This record gives sequence, structure tokens and C-alpha cells, in this order.
Amino acid sequence: MPLSWYLYLAAGLFALGLFGAVARKNAVAILMSVELMLNAVNINIVAFWRYLAPAEIGGQIFAIMVFAVAAAEVAVGLALFISIYNSRKTIAADEINLMKW
Amino acid sequence: MTTETLIWLIPLPPLLAFFLILLFTRRNNALSHTVGVAAAAISWLLGMLVFIAALGVDHFGEHVFASAINWLPLADGFLSIGVMIDPLSAIVLFFVNWTVLMIFIYSIGYHNFGQPVGDHDHPGLPPHGAKDAKHPGHTVPSIEPMYARFFAFIALFAFGMYTLVVSDNLLTLFVGWEIMGLCSYLLIGFWYAKPSARDAAMKAFMTTRIGDVFMLLGIVALYAATGTLNFRDILYNAEVLDMLAHSPSFIGGLSLAGLISILLFIGTVGKSAQWPLHVWLPDAMEGPTPVSAMIHAATMVSAGIYMVLRMFPLISAGWHHGELTTAMTIMAFIGAFTALFAATIAVAQRDIKRVLAYSTISQLGYMIAALGIGAYVAAAFHLVTHAFFKALLFLGSGSVIHGVEHGVLHTGDHKVDPQDMFNMGGLKDKMPITFWTFLIGGLALSGFPLLTSGFWSKDEILADAFAHGHFAVFVVLALAALLTAFYTMRQITLTFLGKPRTKEAEHASENVPSMTVPLVVLSVFAVAAGWVGIPEHFPLIGGLLPNWFHHFLGGALLEHPSAVDFNWIPLIVSLVVALGGLGLGYLVYRNAGQTDPLRKALGPVYTLLENKYYFDELYQRIFVKPAQAFSENFSYRFLDGVVIDGLLHRAARGAMGLGLIFRNKFEGPVIDYAADLLARITQAAGRLLRIIQTGQVQQYLLWVALVVFGGFFYYLLNILQ
Repeated sequence: MPLSWYLYLAAGLFALGLFGAVARKNAVAILMSVELMLNAVNINIVAFWRYLAPAEIGGQIFAIMVFAVAAAEVAVGLALFISIYNSRKTIAADEINLMKW
Repeated sequence: MTTETLIWLIPLPPLLAFFLILLFTRRNNALSHTVGVAAAAISWLLGMLVFIAALGVDHFGEHVFASAINWLPLADGFLSIGVMIDPLSAIVLFFVNWTVLMIFIYSIGYHNFGQPVGDHDHPGLPPHGAKDAKHPGHTVPSIEPMYARFFAFIALFAFGMYTLVVSDNLLTLFVGWEIMGLCSYLLIGFWYAKPSARDAAMKAFMTTRIGDVFMLLGIVALYAATGTLNFRDILYNAEVLDMLAHSPSFIGGLSLAGLISILLFIGTVGKSAQWPLHVWLPDAMEGPTPVSAMIHAATMVSAGIYMVLRMFPLISAGWHHGELTTAMTIMAFIGAFTALFAATIAVAQRDIKRVLAYSTISQLGYMIAALGIGAYVAAAFHLVTHAFFKALLFLGSGSVIHGVEHGVLHTGDHKVDPQDMFNMGGLKDKMPITFWTFLIGGLALSGFPLLTSGFWSKDEILADAFAHGHFAVFVVLALAALLTAFYTMRQITLTFLGKPRTKEAEHASENVPSMTVPLVVLSVFAVAAGWVGIPEHFPLIGGLLPNWFHHFLGGALLEHPSAVDFNWIPLIVSLVVALGGLGLGYLVYRNAGQTDPLRKALGPVYTLLENKYYFDELYQRIFVKPAQAFSENFSYRFLDGVVIDGLLHRAARGAMGLGLIFRNKFEGPVIDYAADLLARITQAAGRLLRIIQTGQVQQYLLWVALVVFGGFFYYLLNILQ
């Protein structure tokens, strides 16, 4: 199976994630879409490692780092959403425009 | 210590005293006068040592004491200053020493030292008297409020004179001269709260300043012509004198020597109060009496005569016997005229000090006239004797005034003028020491024959004028001598003889010893100072004493002056005018009441004399008023108001216009516009950019994605091409 198939899959997943992140209103769904994009990147990393430099373990390490960051991000993100929900009774992204000038 | 060092030191003690009193001892009266008198005494001692040393030198005129140091660096070499004592300055130093010391001592009593502080005395006004603690109801003299200040000023005055006497060049002489000008101003205006004293001080300062300006011109001219101001280099150098006498000055056909002499002489006209600059001296009576004595005898006016005596070789350069130089002719004229002119005014004055003031002007005229006709020794001789008896007379008159002030305090009638002779009379018995010493001084001034010093010096001037054929001068001076004797006797008779004319005069009393002792000392000199100059060919007593003065002072000139031969005519004239004037004065005034018997006899002439020929009014009209009008109209209104203010206002308006142009045409359109434009652009950009700031994270993400894709496609396009 050629490397490009993995890359197509990853691109597809990333586009799906990106679409989700831009188009969904629910903040939790946006967070899940971001996770999707991170997984697309992970596929790329692991695929490149396996095909181009299997002797090194750099690809695996990167993948693990991304997992760790994603986990931390979810934890922080969910905490933020709960806090926002407590103050504004919604987590719809287009209604949370606190950062507007 | 060498004599030269002593000479350097002579002027210093009074200067030191001046600073000590002003800086440290001012609040302590006793300490202040101790410092002042001690300084005068030290200078006196040094002066006497130098004088005695000078007596011991043979041919002193050729072997003078001199010492000099370099002072101001000039382009080529130095301006040197130094000291020199030659026969002339030795003699002047002698009388200055004595009179200054006596005046200092006298001042202690005059300013009521030891008396209580006045009840309502103000600094700047004469003391008014204080209630006596022991005798209620009695008023006693009170101490001068600015006692210490007086001693400081008078010490500076003495310093100026000593500097002038010991200096060996015209420059330091001029420095001393000007210090005295300042001190006369300070001391004539000592009671500055009195408007009359203030005016008199300014008048003295301004009037003498006119002379000083010309004198300075003369000094500059002399320096320009010779390159030195040292007396010995100029005056004892026949070549230099010859050169000056024969170089034309391009002004009025005068030789350089003539021009310089006249310029210097104008300085003396101011300082020694000769006509037409005589007006300040009588007004100088506004100062305390010791100051009057200081100015009239010891320092200021003597300085003027001393300077022309000093410059006599220059003044007489090119003088052939029988033909006077221009400067000498002018001096003879001014001197003789002043002598008679002032003597006539003195006849009609009521104020005891004013009579003496005009007398001084008159006597100074004698000296100037004597110098003008070439009677060098006689002029110097009269300067010395006059200093002694005039100091004596002034201090005596101060003593009289003081005595009558006692009377005024006693009666409490302050309308009585204690200086008006017509308020006095009969003081002979109340103030015996003052009377006898004043009588001696008065007789010396009148030229009372044989005994008094004034006779010998005046006689010598008359004899000289007669012997050298200056008959006009001789007659004028003889007339002046007659008037001198007359007004002196008038003064003595009105003041001391007869019966008291007022209650105040009845209650006058003799003064303290610090005032009377100087009178006694000076009266000794007023008599004996004449005996050193008795002509050798005088009948009977001539030759008993050698004519030491002539011999000693003659050495100060290059060419020893010859003594005049004896002639009976001037002697008889001298005797007649002196005794005649004295007798006449006594006859007219022995029974005088409170009006002057002369007033009826002379009529309008008396009024003219009483008002001093209206010179003050004349000067007021032709100098003061035009000067005021000129300064008011031209200087203030036109020059200041129109020209200077006009220029300034125009400049201000121009600057303002320029500023407006810059503001309207440059700052607004250019600088402000540029700054505003920048701000506006920034604002517009902000407004534009704020559209994309929705605050929605998804939109931001969309933008980022678009940019990334845009970049990516651009990259792809580049690769594909």
C-alpha cells in the first residue's frame, strides 16, 4: 500500500475536522473537530515515520506528544466551556463573542 | 625698617580701621572710635618718623625717599606705582598728620560720646538730645546715632589723603583724589535724612566730578605724551618738560604742557572750589563740623592745591621770568578773582560755618594766584599755615555751635539756629578755651602781624606779587586780605564779644577736653607754623631764625627759586589791610544787635552778597533746569519714548507678525496637517480592520484556513509554471 493512500486519508480527515471546527455551533463539537484534525496530523506523522525513517523513533514520539497535548487541550477546553456555560447559559460559538472590540 | 617701608605703611592704618569698624566693631561705639583714633595715631607716628628722617637728609630735593613696584601689566612693560616723599610731600604729610589726628580726637567729643542715647533720635539725623536721668526736666546732648559709621568714613577719608600725598605718580594720586570725592559725598550727606544734606552731598559730588573729568583727560594726555605718570620722570626731567613745552597740542594754540596743565588745573578748580566751581564748598557745611574741618583743611581742598603744587614744574614749563605761561595766567586770574569774590560773600553771611567756608575759598584763591604768578614756595607756605588755622577755626566753630546747642537744649527753643552768629555774643566768658583758640585762629587768618602764621605766608604772597610786577594781582589780593581781616573780626566780635543776644547764648557752656585739647594743639601750630618761613631780609627779626621753609621746599624744584628782595611797600600794605580790617570789623560790630549794621550801609549790594551773587540760582537756571528739560524732553520723551520704544515696539510687532505667518502658513497647514493625516490614516485603517474582528473564533479560523490555502495554491501555481 503506497504512502499516498495514508496521506489522502489524513487530508480527508483534516478537511472534515476543519469543516467541523468552522461550521459547527456547539463548542463541544468544535473541540471534537479539532481532535479530528489532530488525528489527521498523527496519521501523517506515523505514516511518514513508517515509510521514510523506520529506524528512528522520532515519529512515534511526535505522535505521543500530540496525544498528550490533545488530552491537555480537551481538559482545559471542557473546563472553559463549563465556566462559560455557568456565566452565559450557552456554549454556542457564535454567541460567545467576548473578544470582540 | 627702612624709611621707604614706613612710607608704604602710612596710608594703611586708616584703611584697615575703615574695614574693621564697618565689619566688626560697628555696634560698639567705644571700640570703634578707639580703632579710628588709633589708626590715625599710627599714621601720625609713621608720618612723623618719615618727616624727621627727611629733615636729616642733606639736599633732600635731590635725594628723595622713593620706592616703586610694578603694578598693572601693559602691552610693553608695566604701569608702576610707588611712594615718594620729597620736600613738598614731607611738608604736606606733616600738616595732614597733625590736622587729621586732631580732627579724629575732636570727633569723639563732637559726637557726644559718653552721653545717653537720644529719646527720639533717628539714624541720618543729627542728635536731638535726651532727658537727663539725674536732673528731671533737663535735656542733655545725646550721642550721634551713627557714631561708628562716622569714624569708618572719616578713616577712609584720611586714607584717601595719605594715598594722595605719598604716591609717586599721577595715577595713584588720582585714586586717592577720587576716594576723597566719595568720602566727601558720604560725609557731607552723613545726616542723609535731612534733604538739605542730601542735596549738598550730591552737589559736592557732581561739581567736583566736572573737574575730575577734565583732570582725567589731562592725565591721559600726559601719559600719551610721555609714556609715564611718575612725578620724577616728568617733573624732574628737564628734557621731558622742554619737549612738552615745545610740542604744539593743536588746541587753541597751546603747547602740550599748557594744555595738560590747564586740564589738570580744572581738576583743582573743582576740588579746591575755585570760581566757577566754588558752589559746592559752602553747602558742604551740611556735614558734621569735623567733616568740614577735614574737607577744608586736612584733605580735600588741600589736595587740589597740592596737585598743582606738585605739577608746578609742568605748569611753569616754558616760563621765563616776566612772561607767564598760559596756564599760569589763567591760574593767576582765577585765583585772584576767587580770593576777592569769595571774601566779599563771606562778609554778608550769618552762619558761622558758612563764613569760614567762603573764607576757605578765598584763601585757596590766594594760593592759586600765588602759583599763577610763580610764587611756588609762598603758595605752599600758605597751604600749610592755612591748613592749621583753618582746621582750628572749623573745630572752634564746631565747638561754638556745640556750646550754643547746649543753650538750645537748656531753653528748649528749637527755633533758635545755633549756627547763626547773630544769635550768639558774649561767649568769651562761657567758653574761654574756645574763645582764645578761635581768636588765635582768626588772627592768623587775618594775617595779624608778626606773631601769627597767616601773616608770614600771606605777606610772602603779596611781596612776591609786588616784586615780580603783577600789580593787578597784588591789588586784588590786598583788597581780599582787607576783607578777610574784616569778616574775621566781624565773626569774632559777633560770636564772642559784647553781650549775649539770646537766652541760648547765655546758657552756652564750654565743651569736653576731647574737643578743647585739639583746639589748643592746633592753635600752637596756627601761631608757630609761620616762624619757619620768616624772610631773611625782614627788618629786625629777619635772619634770627633761618628761612628754613624756603630752603627746604625750594629743593623740590629743579631750579632753586630765589627769595624775593625785601620791599617796604607790600609790608606796609599787608600791615594796613590786616590791622585796618580787624579794627574796622570791631568798630562796626561791637554793638551789633540781631540785624547786620552793614545791611543799611550797603543796601542792595548786601542782599546781593548775602545771596552769593545768585550763583546757585544762576547755575540752577543755566545748567540744572536746561539739563532737566533736556532729559525730560529729549532723553525721556523723544529718545526713550519715540526712538527706543518705537524701535522696540516695531521690532515686537514685526516678530509677532512673523510668528503669526509661521503659525498660519506653516504650522497649521504643514505640521498639524501632517500629524492629523497620520492620525486619520491610522484611524481609518483601524475602522477598516475592525470589520474582521467579530470576536468569533470560528471566523478567525476560517480566515486562517483561507490564508493558508491561498498561500498553498499560490505555491502550487508557482511550482506548476
